[in-house]
Amino acid sequence: MTATLEKRPAKRAVVRAGAFSVRLYPRALIVGVVLVLIALTMALVNLTTGDFPVPVGEVLKSLAGKGTAGTDFIVYELRLPRVLVTLLVGLALGASGAVFQSLTRNPLGSPDFVGLTTGAASGALIVMLIVGGGGLQVSAGAITGCVVTAVVVYLLAFRRGVQPFRLVLMGIGVSALLEALNSYLIYRAQLNEAIAAQVWLIGSVNGRGWTEVVIVAVTVVVLVPLVVHYGRHLKMLALGDEMAVLHGVPVERSRAVLALAAVSLSAGATAAAGPIAFVALAAPPLAARLSSSPSSGILPAAGMGAALLSAGDWAAQNALPGNDIPVGVITAALGGVYLTWLLFHEKRGARA
Amino acid sequence: MTAVLTAPPASPHRQRARRRWIGFAVAVAVLFVALALSIAIGSRTIDLSTVWRVLWHPDGSAESAIVHDLRFPRTVLGLGVGAALGLAGTVMQALTRNPLAEPGLLGVNLGASTAVVVAIAFLGVTTASGYVWFAFAGAALTSAAVFALGGTGRHPTPERQILAGVSITAVLGAIVWAILVLRREAFDRYRHWDVGSFSDRDSATVTQILPFLVAGVVLTLVLGRQLNALSLGDESATSLGARPARIRALGLLAVTLLCGAATAAAGPIWFLGLAVPYAARMIVGSDQRWILAYAVILGPALLLGADVLGRVLVAPAELPVGVVTAFLGAPLFIALCRRRRLSSL
Repeated sequence: MTATLEKRPAKRAVVRAGAFSVRLYPRALIVGVVLVLIALTMALVNLTTGDFPVPVGEVLKSLAGKGTAGTDFIVYELRLPRVLVTLLVGLALGASGAVFQSLTRNPLGSPDFVGLTTGAASGALIVMLIVGGGGLQVSAGAITGCVVTAVVVYLLAFRRGVQPFRLVLMGIGVSALLEALNSYLIYRAQLNEAIAAQVWLIGSVNGRGWTEVVIVAVTVVVLVPLVVHYGRHLKMLALGDEMAVLHGVPVERSRAVLALAAVSLSAGATAAAGPIAFVALAAPPLAARLSSSPSSGILPAAGMGAALLSAGDWAAQNALPGNDIPVGVITAALGGVYLTWLLFHEKRGARA
Repeated sequence: MTAVLTAPPASPHRQRARRRWIGFAVAVAVLFVALALSIAIGSRTIDLSTVWRVLWHPDGSAESAIVHDLRFPRTVLGLGVGAALGLAGTVMQALTRNPLAEPGLLGVNLGASTAVVVAIAFLGVTTASGYVWFAFAGAALTSAAVFALGGTGRHPTPERQILAGVSITAVLGAIVWAILVLRREAFDRYRHWDVGSFSDRDSATVTQILPFLVAGVVLTLVLGRQLNALSLGDESATSLGARPARIRALGLLAVTLLCGAATAAAGPIWFLGLAVPYAARMIVGSDQRWILAYAVILGPALLLGADVLGRVLVAPAELPVGVVTAFLGAPLFIALCRRRRLSSL
């Protein structure tokens, strides 16, 4: 009996040490590590490029604390905050998307769709255009908007339990409502304020400082381990509530913790960089495809998010010479192309 | 036997038929009320008897000028756009057999927006009547693309179609944003068009889109019977003598005509195409011919009502009608989704 239990398919390995045991999926692990490496490489490239190109060696020296004052200024004050925000926001969005898609059992169940990013945008726009605040207040507004929207969507979708598809529908309804509010707020604003708001709405990492780094870093450091810890239960939850209960999963608690953490991750990301489209939607399935598993792990998805966003930021800086276009434009374009490709590719399959 | 004939037991069929006719009469009455209010109410409210008098006998007074130059074109525009969007939503839902299909959600609105942005930013087009052709081309291209992506295949599911709409919306949205960030003066024009409004459209716009509207409406109403056949599924429809491919092509043409014309004239208006068929289906059941007939009446009634509401709520300023429809339509959508099971199509 024990022999058959221990004889697992070759694609996973179990590490046991006393009461502690972890199941490892080598391919997912490799994919995750490779993605993180890609993200870091892109980050390094982003540190070297810009109005004043700095060679890789100088950048590394600066990072090690042995650089000249000039490169230190460029690296620490101008580029590093932006690069870190990009990496961390990518991580947060990827993880949040993976949790959402698996909780809602729907590829559309990403924060973009259940209305969270639109809600965050409304919160931020209200602060910017009606209250007239800036900086941290805008971030606070975004977080408030995101959380309030999440609660409203959840309550609307709640009817003897939350049905995943209804959740997505409610999200579409609520976000259309907020979208109208947003475009009205922009319509009635002064032109300059409206442009600033529009740039924020697209999602950008231009000119981000250490404040934003701290916001999103705290979010990621606190919540990603939590999400990974509870993420063990996602596979069981995907089999249905009864199944999960039978296997000893604390269903309601896991779901509540996961949902709350995913909402907060997306809120933190949006507060730092604005509503960046499509990373949360595209990163998890892309990671799943690479690791050839039916559902993506949270960490590969997070790595994919970071890699995508860093690459996107590089493209945003270099796509149009002399123009630093918001990274949200790039991610939306890439995400859209990816989805289109997916639809063509899977035309014969039954998967939506 | 005679007793049975003189007092027939109300069969479910007959009851439903009666309900349809009564509902239709009510809808028409509501539409007339909306038309009257739309002409009478505004920053300067004119009482109905005066409206009636100056409508037929323009006397050069201020009231006459307001009615003829401002309110009347605006009301006619609302009538046309409302009917177009209501019908377009109905046809889209019938073709895709997707209760969530809607010009806004499927990306057709944004297709039109993109073309308009390109027109504003690169070709220097500045008038609403100049936008028409671009909006039209944009809507046509996008609806064709969305249908090709999401409407075919072996298992076209509602999610898949919405996904197709969303992916196209994303690509187009990125293009729009990129252009607007680079061209700030275009942004200023665009934000006024994008909100969906009737306020600065003139009668030239109406005459320009009118042929397309009429063609689209006629085509749609003619298609009603075929749409019924299509709702049984492709195989059953074929065995009944219908030709699904042709119906789809014609339906797509109708949607393009209607959405392109409506969006060009009024800017993107969300949720009307979703709410109208839903409401119609609640009253009449699943017969597409009746749903279409209701959509022609309910669409303008709803849109004009929303427009009037937008003028009243924040008077003397004005809420753009697109905002009002979203605020009215979204809660309705949410309520409907909560109440019914989604497999209603």
